[in-house]
Amino acid sequence: MLLSCTDVRKTFGDHVVLDNLGLEVAEHEVVALIGASGSGKSTLLRCVNLLTGIDDGTIHLDGEEITDPKVNPDLVRQKIGLVFQSYNLFPHMTVLDNITLAPTRVHGKSATEARELAMQWLDRVGLADKAKAFPDGLSGGQQQRVAIVRALVNSPRLLLLDEVTSALDPELVGEVLSMIRDLKAEGMTMVLATHEMGFAKQVADRVVFLDAGRVLEQGPPAQVLGDPVEPRTRQFLARIIEAGRL
Amino acid sequence: MTYAPSARQQERFAYRRRQAIRSVLLAALSTAVVGVLFAVGITGSPGWPRVKQSFLNVDVATKYLPDILDGFWLNIQLFLVCAPLALLLGLLMAVLRTLRGPVFFPVRAIATGYTYMFRGLPLIITIYLFAFGLPGLRLQGTPDVLVLGGAAITITYGSYLAEVFRAGIESVHPSQIAAARSLGLSYRQAMRHVVLPQAVRRVAPPLLNDVVSMQKDVGLISLAGPIDAIRSAQIGQAGSANFTPYVVAAVLFILLALPLIVITDRVTLRAARTQNAGI
Repeated sequence: MLLSCTDVRKTFGDHVVLDNLGLEVAEHEVVALIGASGSGKSTLLRCVNLLTGIDDGTIHLDGEEITDPKVNPDLVRQKIGLVFQSYNLFPHMTVLDNITLAPTRVHGKSATEARELAMQWLDRVGLADKAKAFPDGLSGGQQQRVAIVRALVNSPRLLLLDEVTSALDPELVGEVLSMIRDLKAEGMTMVLATHEMGFAKQVADRVVFLDAGRVLEQGPPAQVLGDPVEPRTRQFLARIIEAGRL
Repeated sequence: MTYAPSARQQERFAYRRRQAIRSVLLAALSTAVVGVLFAVGITGSPGWPRVKQSFLNVDVATKYLPDILDGFWLNIQLFLVCAPLALLLGLLMAVLRTLRGPVFFPVRAIATGYTYMFRGLPLIITIYLFAFGLPGLRLQGTPDVLVLGGAAITITYGSYLAEVFRAGIESVHPSQIAAARSLGLSYRQAMRHVVLPQAVRRVAPPLLNDVVSMQKDVGLISLAGPIDAIRSAQIGQAGSANFTPYVVAAVLFILLALPLIVITDRVTLRAARTQNAGI
């Protein structure tokens, strides 16, 4: 297993956000996390990336326990890419500088090397002409694709995507999703929290339904989304269908 | 097809032009009226001849100008040294105050204590304490009063600047740090490459405002003894029994402040424009 979360517990005050949660992700697997707001999807991703400490349990990446307090979190994060709902590009830097920041400062690449790598990626996603632009000058879809590239240039072992299309206008969602589809084709291991059930169905190898900080149900998309066992999952999906999102 | 303004639009142009001409004329008229009233009011006052004689005396001004200029050069030098040092000190203290974790408690406490104390302490007292108190310890290698006075000014202004920097740092959204850390940057790197550049840009106008205020307060160095523009003016006043030397020094300080004030206004305007770019 590339990623194993065992009995992970996370609380904010009295509120239990993750409750003895277990999740295993194999290499090259794409896992979609679904569930209502507040079910713990984003918190789980932030815990895996060590942006938030956990209150109990363990998380292993590549067989190494990353929740061991002796582990340097900076080194763990270098192996995990995280993409945020609101892009979080650095507004004072050009697109190119956003992408080359970590390769040059963290991974010890030369400026030229990093620039070439960044340009290759920008070329691939059709944004080469925006290299010198600032994030404010880009559409939401373009910003999110830059944010994904920014995570990918570091060749992460695992890519975490936190509702990356939730802030986008409907006509811009497609360009981001097609990029994720390409990454799957290349074998990138991904865990994505999403509200796009249709997309989860297409791209995920496995869908995991979170409810109140636990994994309530998981399995192939067709089964979890088409014929769920748990009443809570049925309820959730019924609401999604009602909203016209599936 | 080429665009030609409609008749209605041309009417609007013509109306706005008329309005513009009217307001320029009105402004000119009211300025003239106020100016004349001031001039008449001041020069017509019973004490005007005496005030003119003791504050605006051309002979006295010419006589003491070279000395005051010499002193003023000291103010400029002091400002050029103290301003960058105060900015550095302020930035350092602001960053230290943001450090988290029990290990950094002493550092945080020192930085916090520093900003509390020197923002509360009147600059004049700080200068006295530094310039006359420290040498009183009779330690070896106590520097010159000029250095000590300069240090007092730097440290006092550093405490104001630290708070401005801190406001800037705290205004950067935590998601920016999260993004930087998620890329594997350390806290230091995230601070240096992501938070501080945004923070400094945001607080550039108030920082510059403090620097403007600092350029005149370097004149307080005269309290410690060095002969700067104000001390020279005082000597001139004592020698001539005339206050004109002070007016000369005042004009010099205003002239020095003007370029900085213009820069501050420009930066403020630019910051306002970028922030409202989306509106």
